[in-house]
Amino acid sequence: MISLQHIERVFQVGDEEVHALRDVSMTAAGGEYIAIMGPSGSGKSSLLNILGLLDRPDSGSYELDGVKVSELDEKEQARIRRHKIGFVFQFFHLVPRLTAFDNIALPLMLAGMKQDERQERVTAALAAFGLANRAQHRPDQLSGGQRQRVAIARATIMQPSVILADEPTGNLDRNAGIEVVEILEELNHQGITLIIVTHDPELGKRARRQILMVDGRIEDDR
Amino acid sequence: MTGNENIAHPEHPMQIRDILSFSTHAATANRGRTLLMLLAMAIAVSSVVVLISLGDSARHYVIDQFATLGTNLLIVLPGRSETTGGPPPLLGETPRDLTLEDAMALTRIRTVRRVSSIIAGSAPVSVGHLERELLVLGSTSELYEIRHLALNQGSFLPPGEPTRAEAVCVIGQKGKKELFGNQPAIGKWLRIGDRRFRVIGVLSPGVSLGEDLGEVVIIPVAAAQALFNRSSLFRVLVESTSSEGMEQTRKAILDTIRVRHEGEDDITVITQDAVLTTFDRIFKALTLSVAGIAAISLVVAGIMIMNVMLVAVSNRRAEIGLLKALGASRRQILGLFLTESTILSSIGAGIGLLLALLGMRLAAFLFPEFPLHLAPWSSTISLGVALITGIIFGVLPARRAADLEPAFALARR
Ligand SMILES: Nc1ncnc2c1ncn2[C@@H]1O[C@H](COP(=O)(O)OP(=O)(O)O)[C@@H](O)[C@H]1O
Ligand SMILES: [Mg+2]
Repeated sequence: MISLQHIERVFQVGDEEVHALRDVSMTAAGGEYIAIMGPSGSGKSSLLNILGLLDRPDSGSYELDGVKVSELDEKEQARIRRHKIGFVFQFFHLVPRLTAFDNIALPLMLAGMKQDERQERVTAALAAFGLANRAQHRPDQLSGGQRQRVAIARATIMQPSVILADEPTGNLDRNAGIEVVEILEELNHQGITLIIVTHDPELGKRARRQILMVDGRIEDDR
Repeated sequence: MTGNENIAHPEHPMQIRDILSFSTHAATANRGRTLLMLLAMAIAVSSVVVLISLGDSARHYVIDQFATLGTNLLIVLPGRSETTGGPPPLLGETPRDLTLEDAMALTRIRTVRRVSSIIAGSAPVSVGHLERELLVLGSTSELYEIRHLALNQGSFLPPGEPTRAEAVCVIGQKGKKELFGNQPAIGKWLRIGDRRFRVIGVLSPGVSLGEDLGEVVIIPVAAAQALFNRSSLFRVLVESTSSEGMEQTRKAILDTIRVRHEGEDDITVITQDAVLTTFDRIFKALTLSVAGIAAISLVVAGIMIMNVMLVAVSNRRAEIGLLKALGASRRQILGLFLTESTILSSIGAGIGLLLALLGMRLAAFLFPEFPLHLAPWSSTISLGVALITGIIFGVLPARRAADLEPAFALARR
């Protein structure tokens, strides 16, 4: 359960104030599938960053699963990110020197899980995402689609309740993009809340709910 | 509400093993960039360790030399030492000679066990047409006990009145080899200057007071007086009956000589203990100050570490943002980057320690006459230095990493 109330986010660029988010309020129930759409610069990523606790709003409140997370300190917000939120990015953001296995294991490692326990979970995840024979490959030895699957495996390894994906297909060819979206939709079927930012209308139409952003405001929500 | 959260997800710190392997991997991923820095660290640490080791070796060398002097030993030198105070000698005043008679007077002091006089000089020593320049020591039979000498063959100078100039000598191992080859030398005659001496003993090889005993010829002190045409003694060695009586003996020596020298305090008496503590202090201070200068290179190495880490932080902005997105707290990022800089400096220090070891080995090979060794606490010092440098110079970059805003760090590539 997500609830945003009157979120404002303003960036100072030189003398100018850029209103990335203007009085944004929305709620999302657990297990929803939402596409956030809108033109470039309309505030989609800014909204997702607030939802993912990667950025703090200048005003407004944010409640996640009954916790007023906008009031938590840095350390507690890190805990929420660790346990409740999985991120998928347009540019994958895999650590280039680490293998697929180690990239997927990163959240478990940060959470202090022992190596043998990790082994089991990561091996299962690799198999589930069709990466079993890519475990020891580094990102530069993987295709775009494989990289994004590693990223999704990493995003879900902590069994989060929400997945936030910012243009997850933006860097993939059509087929790989569809494959990735289908994987994300399958995760949504299993009950994870899925919020995808995209400017591809075809992709947006697949979601049960579409939020249209224009100039930092929610223009349409259906 | 947050209370429930804590129960649902108990917080574990990262496994130490993971911190180390992640940071090592990160530190060593970019070889070219880090190589130069490792080199700087290695050079800094090795120069500190080598200088400390050299100082320590020198200290040990000197102290060992004086320790072989013998226990309860007092050395009497002609001339007043400037440090004993009193009015400075008048211009042109020369100290009275220290004579054999002075030395003999010292034997009457109750707390004195043995006295041995020494005259030293270098002279050509020859057998047939073979000639060598050797150190000639004029002394007495007591020298054997006082300086803990050892003989290979034959006997030492015979006991008796020191004024008797018997024509006998004891020769060092090396001199014996050079003059007599493998022939036995005992009973043979050799020539020192224009005098002939019969060889009655050969010394065991060894070093005493910085003199290589191999290149020494010892003759009766009276013979040396005649040989060098000089009555004044170079040194008088006095062995006290006990170590507690040293100060008393020292005073008695000064008193005895003052009476004999018409009330003048014109000798210096030094004790082994005093010499040792003085040298110990001097060498420790010297070692420390030299090491301090070398430590400046550590600061340079530390600044290079800081530079490398700052570059790493800006190059790996996205990675840092990602780690935060995956739930890393500020503290975790701080820990990871501090570990990374500490690992870098530790590797550098390890290489430096190795370099120092090799350097000292090489020096020991080039100068075999000096007992060179790595200072015993070298590895502790380099490890400590590495940790401290890594942490101090890693703090700024690590804080910069920890303070990165995740959304900003992840924006664009
Ligand atoms: N860190 C930032 N500093 C300054 N301006 C920013 C920053 N992030 C976003 N913006 C501005 O906020 C607005 C919304 O950006 P963003 O949320 O990235 O849009 P979208 O993802 O819809 O393309 C844009 O005008 C962008 O230039
Ligand atoms: Mg965007």
